[in-house]
Parts: sequence; C-alpha cells; structure tokens
Amino acid sequence: MKGNEALAEAAIRAGADAYFGYPITPQSEVIEYLMRENPADRTGMQVLQAESEIAAINMVYGAAGCGKRVMTSSSSPGISLKMEGVSYIAGAELPCLLVNVVRGGPGLGTIQPSQSDYFQAVKGGGHGDYKMIVLAPATVQESVDYVKLGFELAFKYRNPVMILSDGIIGQMMEKVELFEQQPRSKEEPEWATVGKKEGKDSVIVTSLQLQSEEQEKVNLRLQAKYREVEKNEVMYETYNCEDAEYLFAAFGSCARITRKAMEMARKKGIKVGLIRPQTLYPFPADAISELSERMKGILTVEMNAGQMVEDVRLAVNGKTPVEHFGRFGGVIPSPEEILEALEQKIIGG
Amino acid sequence: MSENTIKTPENLVYEKTSVMTDRVLHYCPGCGHGTAHRMLAEAIDELGIQGDTIGVAPVGCSVLAYYYFDVDMQEAAHGRAPAVATGIKRVLPEKYVFTYQGDGDLAAIGTAETIHACNRGENILVVFINNGIYGMTGGQMAPTTLEGMKSSTSPRGRDVKTMGNPLKITELVAQLPGTYFVTRQSVHTPANVRKTKKALKKALEYQKLNKGTCFVEVVANCPSGWKMTPVQSNKWMEENMFPYYPLGDIKVPEK
Amino acid sequence: MTEEIIIAGFGGQGVLSMGQILCYGGVMQGKEVSWMPSYGPEMRGGTANCTAIISDDQISSPVLNEFDTAIVLNQPSMDKFEDAVKPGGLLIYEENGMTRKPKRTDINVCSIAAYDESVRMNNTKVFNMIVIGGFLKVKPILELNKVIDGLKKVLPERYHHLVPLNEEAIYKGMDIIKSEHKAD
Repeated sequence: MKGNEALAEAAIRAGADAYFGYPITPQSEVIEYLMRENPADRTGMQVLQAESEIAAINMVYGAAGCGKRVMTSSSSPGISLKMEGVSYIAGAELPCLLVNVVRGGPGLGTIQPSQSDYFQAVKGGGHGDYKMIVLAPATVQESVDYVKLGFELAFKYRNPVMILSDGIIGQMMEKVELFEQQPRSKEEPEWATVGKKEGKDSVIVTSLQLQSEEQEKVNLRLQAKYREVEKNEVMYETYNCEDAEYLFAAFGSCARITRKAMEMARKKGIKVGLIRPQTLYPFPADAISELSERMKGILTVEMNAGQMVEDVRLAVNGKTPVEHFGRFGGVIPSPEEILEALEQKIIGG
Repeated sequence: MSENTIKTPENLVYEKTSVMTDRVLHYCPGCGHGTAHRMLAEAIDELGIQGDTIGVAPVGCSVLAYYYFDVDMQEAAHGRAPAVATGIKRVLPEKYVFTYQGDGDLAAIGTAETIHACNRGENILVVFINNGIYGMTGGQMAPTTLEGMKSSTSPRGRDVKTMGNPLKITELVAQLPGTYFVTRQSVHTPANVRKTKKALKKALEYQKLNKGTCFVEVVANCPSGWKMTPVQSNKWMEENMFPYYPLGDIKVPEK
Repeated sequence: MTEEIIIAGFGGQGVLSMGQILCYGGVMQGKEVSWMPSYGPEMRGGTANCTAIISDDQISSPVLNEFDTAIVLNQPSMDKFEDAVKPGGLLIYEENGMTRKPKRTDINVCSIAAYDESVRMNNTKVFNMIVIGGFLKVKPILELNKVIDGLKKVLPERYHHLVPLNEEAIYKGMDIIKSEHKAD
C-alpha cells in the first residue's frame, strides 16, 4: 500500500471517530482515500474536508473535547497553520493524532521530501511550554502501526501525538500487514463535554487561566506528565552497534538510506552502526549517551540543515565528536554521499 | 429577617434559571452580555435540554462564558468557535451545540470559520453579540464599528476609505443556503429581551429538527467601550446602530 | 536476489503503474518490495519516474542513485538515467522517439519497439505491458503468472476483461526485445 493510504486505512481500523483535514501535497491521498472509502458506512467514522488547516485543527479540538478519537493530517505549511490549535489542544490536555508528511521549507518551499520540521515537531511549533509525543516511522508498516500506537499514547497521556512522516514514506508503496478492525470506543471520559450529568458539575474544556499561580500549576502538571512520557515511551532501534567504532544517527526515511550507507561501509571494512530513534520526543538520549562512550565519532544524517544533531550533541555531552550531514530543500541524500561524509567528517576528521 | 420570610410567593417575581451558575458576572455595568446570557440559559432551561447542550465560548469579553452557563462547554481559540462546534456536532449529532461570539471573534478573525460553518449548514446555533467594538482589549475598532465611530484604533472616527466598511455579516450569512433561520435582535428593552429569548428558543427547536445553521445576532451596547453611561449607550444604539443594523428577522423558514 | 529498477518516461506512458505491477507481482511471490514515485508537477504531463525494488531480503533505502536496471522510455529519461546504471547492469530503451543510442559500453543494452507493437495491437494502453514483457525476458526475476496477479491488483475490477490482452502484450514484448550490446 501507499504510505499515505495506509495511514488512512489504519485510522479507520484503529477505531477513529473522526478525521478533519485539508488537501496539501504530498499528503492529499489521506483524505482522498478516506472520502473514497467512506468509513461512515464501515464504522461510523466521520470525515470532513475543512475550509482550512486552521478550521480542521479546531474541529479536532472540538471533537477531541468530546472524548473522541480524532485525527488530522497535513504537510509542512499546513502544519504551521495548525500549530495554534495544537497549542490549545496541549493546553486543554486533549488527545489527538496529527500526521505531518514533511516537505521542504521554509515558506511554500518544495513539495519534495524533507525532515526540516524536526524542531517544529519536537521543540514546540505552537506557543507555550508544551510537548507533543512525536513518532517517526521509517516504513509504511510503521506508519500503520504508529496510528494505533499514537491513539493509545494520546489517550494514555491526554496529549497530542504527531506522526512525523515525510514525502518518501507518504508516497512510497511497500508490503504492509494491517491490524484487525478495532471497535470505536463507547467510553465517555469524565473530562469530555458530552452533556452535563445530573448532580455533577459541568465539564469545561479550556486552556485559559487568568491567575498566574493557576497557570503555573497547569504548567507543573504538564511537566510532570512529560517526565512520565520520557520515562516510559522512548523507542529506538540499533543496527550493528555491538562491534561498531562509529555511529550513524538518523530517523525516518533517512535512516533507511543511511542503513544502505552502513551496509556499503561495512563492505569496505568500516565498523559503523546505526541508531534510529522511533520516538523523537521522548528522545532516546540515554541510549545515545551510552553508545557514545565506545564510539570514535557520531554522524547524524538528516534531510535538513542540522536539527536532530542538537539533541544528539546534548545526549553525548562532549564524550565523542558529533557531526551532521544533510541534504535539504527536498533533495534526498544518496548512500554514497553519506558514506563519503562519514569518511571525511568523522573518520578523517 | 430570615431568608424564608423574604422568599414568600408574593415576593417571588423572578427566579434565576438553573442553567446559569451562581458565579458573579464580570461584565461591566449596563452591558448587554448578561441579559443575552440569561435569555439563552432560560431558553435551554425551558426546552429541558441542559444535559444535552454543549456550548463553545469565544475569545473576547465573553471568553469566560463557560463560568456562567451551567452546561458542558469548550473554550475555543480566537475566531474558531464555529469550527470547534462543527467538530463537536459531527461526533455528537444528537446534542444541542451553540457558539457564543462577539463581533471581533465572529466577523474579523473568524470570518472564514463563520461563513463555512453556515455554508455547510452545520446544525448549530450561532449567537452573535454585536456591539461594534473590541471590549475586552480596551475599545479598539471592530469589523462592525460604524462609519465615523471613534475607537482607540480609529481615534478620528472610522474612515471607511482606509479602514473598510462596517461588515453586515448577518445579512451575508443569510444569503447562504446552509442557514435556516437568521435574525437580528437586541436586549435593551423588556420587549426586545422577550423577542430575543423567543428567537433563541426557536433556533434550538430547529436544531432538533436538523434544519441547518441558525444565526441569532444581538445588537448590544458597550457603555465602557463607547464611553457612555448605560442609559446614554442604549439611546446611542437606537439612534446609530439600529439604522445600520436594523432589528428583525432576516431569513425565516419557508412555511 | 535484489533487483533495483528505475522506470522513467513521459506521464501517461504507464511508467508508475509498471513499477506497481512488478512490485505487486513480487508481493505475490513472497518477496520484499518497495515502490517510490517521483511526484509533483511532473505527474501532470511532464516526465515521470519510479523506483521499484524487489528483493529476497528486507529493503533498506527506497530511494537510490544506482540501479541494476534502467527502463527509459524517452530521450530525457535516457539522458538522466543512463549513467545511473551499475556497471554490468541493464538499460532497456524504447526505440520510438529516441534521438541517440546509449553511449555506455560497460552495461547491457536492449531496445524494444513497444510503441509500434502496441499500435499493431490496436491498443496503445498495453504499451507498458509490452515493455514489462521485454524486461522479464532479459531478467526473469518473477514468474509470469505472479505478474499477472500483480496486474489484477493494479487494474480496477471493471477493466479485468482486459487481462488476457495485457498477457498477450507481455508475450509480445518477450518476442520483440532486441539485445543491442553486451557489457564489455
């Protein structure tokens, strides 16, 4: 299946209650697939093409506030528009699933694949001290699995979860095993606005506190939640790290290209491994820190001008040299140039 | 004197509806919001739908509306209430959903959300409080500020050549096939208050029948923003606002 | 076995679906596959290409710079991808519309007059199946019936009556592909 279509099918199967979106290349197949599939007949899931990304994310807010499983998807410029809503969703502690099929920027940029929204996804994007849980699939299979996982995490922590895909994963086709249809939840969480219950206080979904002390309490509660997320939800994969002297760090589609470079390097006798963070927030800082102690150097490979490299450097904390190699603007790095960068920046450097 | 001796039948003329909480309203003296809140709350009460109603509060003076309505409520980002209400209504189609918005929220930053929710004919009630000014932020020009009207961002009066014309968004949404019932009311006299409540009640009844968007504008005064006494502001409203924003039904269901 | 293929040509030549058919055929045969299209403005009438990878092992990168096989269906595609064929690899080109022959001598080169053949078959839509036939003749990496199963996946149900015609096109392609040059 095509990556974007797999995301859409996974949303139906994960028991999503609603999807609100707006077309943008390279992710329009998500809403196209949903409209074609008409999940209202299959599961009762509602699908609506909104008048803008801004409206779409606020529809997500409304439906999420009713305790429903809601998803939206877009690509970089559209995600920027959604960021206001994401901040409100994080502030009101609502669960939702966002997908960013990243393309090159800034501005209108290019429609070709990129990873230049790492900072936006991991460090904020919207205003205020908040975090999204960020999942980075490298295969179409992971795209599917992370839809299910994403909803679970969103409800576990009452927090927005983002799947940070890119134009490669969204547009490519590969083999995928779909999970069984999950029933839509009938639960009515106590924090959801579903109509005031007799004898109970009315439910208010809001991110507004007029007293600073009250807002600080909210911030402290959010931070405590984020520490829990950091403790429990880190996911990553390592390849060939047992005997490695050098380490690649890469995520998403770029990690696959880097794996090819690793295979080529191994053929040349260079002992290099690869760590692929599957969660970008929470970041596998401990794992990287531990690995860095026995590495002569680390090269991050990203389709951006150097974003994840900052988190890798923080994790390594000076224990070994960390360099970055990237192509950007929609250019995809080749395994050959990644290998060359390893040889020049790390081994020769 | 104990409470019981005061609460005798002959003394009881008007009881607070249970759809309003006991919180003290933060609105300025003489402001129309309080009355508009109350009429909506009474309409909900009389229809017996308190447990089935979900409201959406805006950003503006009525940002804290969720403290006053004793129904489940969501606070929306500035201008996005119709989109939030769409999200709610799409997943809970059996519930009654309303937005309560001011002129800046509904007719400036949220114009797209307003028009598209109305154009889709979302089965929601939009309550639009139009006082021609940004009250909460301290009296700046609103999209509905009248020509020549002074505000902190039009200190020499609104010059329509450079600042645009006062926007009759209610007439605009009435043009859309998605709206079912569009009316303009006020709450400055007892007779008008009764009419407003009737309109709100009718709108909620139409929602039960899935007729499309119902849009109730309430032209209101803003004594603080207009820098007048409440009495002066009501008189000014009659003389200046009503000629441009005439009261009455704009679109009524065909019989 | 890993076969890394680039297929390139004009939009409308069935470039993207060729890759999909091969990949679905691979899935039917229990192989790992990956298909990655070029997308964007070029989808709408300009040049189009896709990368198809069929392998017995897990596939790492879905995007590549070097290929075992390049199937080029117009001159701009030959100009772009001739150099991307691995030494000893295969270049298949459509004769129609080419203004020059490939220059490289370290690769195997085949030509196929698929367009002319499709005209003879009275259906230019089967053009891409003729090319697939030619490719499978030179590199029989997939069983033919699996490729037909793959075709059925790509082809909407309402066109399934055209499957026999497409099968015929594959056989035609196998017949008409010509070896132009053997790698030095």
